[in-house]
Amino acid sequence: MTGGAAPGGHAARGGAGMRLRGLVRKEFLQIVRDPSSIAIAFLMPVFLLILFGYGVSLDAEHVPVALVVEQPSADTADFVASFRGSKYFAPSDVATMPRAIERMLEGRVDAIVRLRADFAQRLRRPDGAPVQLIVNGVNANTARLIEGYVQGAWSGWLRQRSEAQGQMLRIPVEVEHRVWFNSALRSRNYLVPGLVVVIMTLIGALLTAMVMAREWERGTMEALMVTPAAVSEILLGKLIPYFVLGTGGMLLSVAMAVWLFGVPLRGSLWLLWLTASLFLLVALGMGLLISSLAKNQFIAGQLAIIVTFLPAFLLSGFIFDIDSMPAVVQVITHAIAARYFVAIATTLFLAGDVWSVVLPNAAALLAMAALFLGLTWRKTRKRLE
Amino acid sequence: MWQRIVALVRKEFLALFKDRRGRFVLIVPPLIQLLVFGYAATFDLNRIPYALYNEDPGGAARTLAAAFDGSPHFERVATIASEKEIAPLVDARAVLMVVHIGPRFSRDLLLGTPAPLQVIVDGRNSNTALVAINYLRAVVDRYNRNWLSERDLPGPAAQLETRAWFNPNLESRWFFIPGIVGVITLLVTMLVTAMSVAREREQGTFDQLLVTPLRPVEILIGKALPGFIIGAAEASAIILIATLWFDIPLRGHLEVLYTGLALFLLSAVGVGLMISSIAVTQQQGLLGAFLFMVPAVTLSGFATPIANMPPAVQAVTLLDPLRYFLVVLRKLFLEGVSFDVLVHQFWPMALIGVASLAIAGWLFRHRMY
Repeated sequence: MTGGAAPGGHAARGGAGMRLRGLVRKEFLQIVRDPSSIAIAFLMPVFLLILFGYGVSLDAEHVPVALVVEQPSADTADFVASFRGSKYFAPSDVATMPRAIERMLEGRVDAIVRLRADFAQRLRRPDGAPVQLIVNGVNANTARLIEGYVQGAWSGWLRQRSEAQGQMLRIPVEVEHRVWFNSALRSRNYLVPGLVVVIMTLIGALLTAMVMAREWERGTMEALMVTPAAVSEILLGKLIPYFVLGTGGMLLSVAMAVWLFGVPLRGSLWLLWLTASLFLLVALGMGLLISSLAKNQFIAGQLAIIVTFLPAFLLSGFIFDIDSMPAVVQVITHAIAARYFVAIATTLFLAGDVWSVVLPNAAALLAMAALFLGLTWRKTRKRLE
Repeated sequence: MWQRIVALVRKEFLALFKDRRGRFVLIVPPLIQLLVFGYAATFDLNRIPYALYNEDPGGAARTLAAAFDGSPHFERVATIASEKEIAPLVDARAVLMVVHIGPRFSRDLLLGTPAPLQVIVDGRNSNTALVAINYLRAVVDRYNRNWLSERDLPGPAAQLETRAWFNPNLESRWFFIPGIVGVITLLVTMLVTAMSVAREREQGTFDQLLVTPLRPVEILIGKALPGFIIGAAEASAIILIATLWFDIPLRGHLEVLYTGLALFLLSAVGVGLMISSIAVTQQQGLLGAFLFMVPAVTLSGFATPIANMPPAVQAVTLLDPLRYFLVVLRKLFLEGVSFDVLVHQFWPMALIGVASLAIAGWLFRHRMY
């Protein structure tokens, strides 16, 4: 290596920079020679984003519905037509209720819409005709979506009908909703930015979780300690190469989100870059801390998966709403770095540069980065003594 | 023959449990996952922060506002007086929705023309937005019915009568917790089996095992049984916690549930042993298990329905044993179906299990490294 000690015991001007350069170069050489880090940084995001991006969707379309019309008439045909035209339903006609129930139990339909034999008749009475909707409630979320879709079809039919008859619609209050930032309610638009966060957590922690442990396990840590390099230089020497690698993985994920999955990026790229770098620093810091505590590659790898991946997935607000969790769990979420970056990332992707979201969350990330790196520094120094 | 197998199984258990860390990994993380999942994994909203923008001084508007305040799902965190205040509140995620009652609201209502209620929803999480809109509709529907019945007015020509079967209150927890039984059972079984052959390979003791009087079939059974037993024990514990602690109804027959569990364990143990006999080191075994687990859970329909996936991905899920077991679990827990409905879930698991075990047994002797 070129970073030899300067004569006279004291480092010459620029000696620290030179030592650091040497350490960074060593780390890069190790990365190049053991391509598993490169695989973690570049192949894993591609694999996971494609897997989740295509595999995970909460948008139910073409829901199989059994339509039971007990006595067909012009009115029922009218009603049924509103289901046929919708992309949300894949309706099938079933003659009787018992057969429809059978299909539901077999899992071939998710809902049954039933018009009783007296439908057309009761339609003309003042109290109106009932439309029976039975949904399979096992998947509560899908059941609720189906309820909403059927409600939409039903109220659309009512409106058309009253317009055709020149009557006023007998609904006192009508909800007109507007959805900001994601008017088509595409679940992919928020799942993909959230996934970018989960993947970055995983990359950041996995990349560094093994590296300090590796030095301890192989006994090369002692060798590093006796060089003139200070602890902070050793840590920086570990941090910089993986930061560069992680940034590459991050840019790749963002590019895939925008170009492959068509997620709009409404905020500015530089702000996303900046906050993502901050988050990467937290994730790398977490990995380094795990690594210097565990001193064993196998345990460090397992710990990294357990303490970073699962919480980032479950407790970051990426899929499940934090406000609705029990109070104790909500408190725990404040310790999860991914929570802050999920807020920033979904806002920057879908809403734009909203400073009232970005600034407090970025401040939290900064504090966490300082905490993790500071702890790592202390832990490493203590072992030197 | 059985004597030799019992000896091998005993040795496997000793190897697994002699290490404190080994015991820890098998018992503590699954329990933590069950509790965290059980409490955090829900799509239900019990607190929707909203802002009220009421431009109508009339009593009708006040009653509607009171209906929102009375709902357990909604929490008013701001009351605003101008259009300008909407954007900052929504942008900053201070509120999930803004309910806007226009100045003509009471007048429209009294005239009998539909009175619009404008709602602005933060769509950054589209699922939360959809659920919130549904809750809002429920409040407005109740208000509408009251309004009509108080004035003896006829309602719309047809009403929707909705009922949800098997889960009348549509609680997400009833959906997720039976699923967790499957996910954690898979996780534990994979951890036990994926390392077992790889560990012996790494330590060089697998060659010794091959030269003992044990036949390959016996080694296979001896390696498979511990994963089977531990998986069954852990699954039983989780089923107990699910029914006693989380109050999930178990409506099906236990013997059908355990038939499904046995077949699922067969397939999970098979895949685990297959990965283990391909791997040369424990690290590779772990990585292989991780690489199998992540897609297996994602594509199983655990959190998002398989029906929403593109057809090509749906075809891939046919290879996933967890996919079949989740159907078995949910149908038995909530629907209480009988054996014959589940036959189409049973035979694919059996097939995956037998095929992967056969491959694992073949690899025992033929994989050179």
